[in-house]
Amino acid sequence: MSFQEGPEVNSARRVFVSYIDKSRELYLAQGYGNPYRWAYNCEVPFVALPKPLAECRIAVVTTSSIDEGQEAVDLADRPPKHSYAWPSDPVPDRLFTMDLSWDKEATHTNDVDSFLPLRRLREYEAEGRVGSVSQRFYGVPTEYSQRKTNTLDAPDVLRFCREDGVDVALLVGL
Amino acid sequence: MSLTARHLESNGIPTVVFGSARDIVEQAGVPPFVFSDFPLGNPCGIPYDRAMQRAILGIGLELLESARFPATTVKTPFAWPDDAWRHNFMRVDESNRDALLRAGEERKARQAARKANFGG
Repeated sequence: MSFQEGPEVNSARRVFVSYIDKSRELYLAQGYGNPYRWAYNCEVPFVALPKPLAECRIAVVTTSSIDEGQEAVDLADRPPKHSYAWPSDPVPDRLFTMDLSWDKEATHTNDVDSFLPLRRLREYEAEGRVGSVSQRFYGVPTEYSQRKTNTLDAPDVLRFCREDGVDVALLVGL
Repeated sequence: MSLTARHLESNGIPTVVFGSARDIVEQAGVPPFVFSDFPLGNPCGIPYDRAMQRAILGIGLELLESARFPATTVKTPFAWPDDAWRHNFMRVDESNRDALLRAGEERKARQAARKANFGG
């Protein structure tokens, strides 16, 4: 585990990477003249934990997909994706991520624990820190269409949570 | 992902979002957010670093218990081993401008074919 001061950065500029800026510049350079409008919300919903975590059933939600030998390496190439629910035991050894926009030069996704915290969650479950892990984890596709996420995929995940008696959800986007 | 978190929270299910694209998640407006300043791909910790993965998840669990307000971001105390990714990812400069434009044209053609195949 590295717990350290970051290496030298140019602090005359914003240190945190702005993916909104980067993706806008990249798409412009690729000839897409109409910048993507990212979701922006001032009001944020919030509900407090209703009971101790040690009594809660927890689910994990991911943007990755079940590995079925897909070949698409870009959102533009892949067939339409749908939300899904999949058994969380055993934890899959691999998930398909190549169609998502993560940094394929700097890192890799060969360790699912680096983006799907099911095994670490099971450790906390064994210690009594959390009540239980939902029998299924859920997938939501990354979409350009916010309408599709809001009207189809997010309601699907809510339904999965209710079917599985989930109290709390951990959501991890790549 | 952020929009799904908002939907769950609006329907009574507490959430925590783990991610590394700070601006995108914060602008979408999510309930508790655990931010790790890493290249995109490993928001739960560096691959095979179990201790870090466990610590990052632990921060999320503590945030669930302590959060009293929406849109709370906690930054994890970990650093990626180098910073080259900040510059390199999605890089646009004179060295690759022509190649990007060509790649974009090819991509548009594939998008059109996809639309024809799958209806958009």
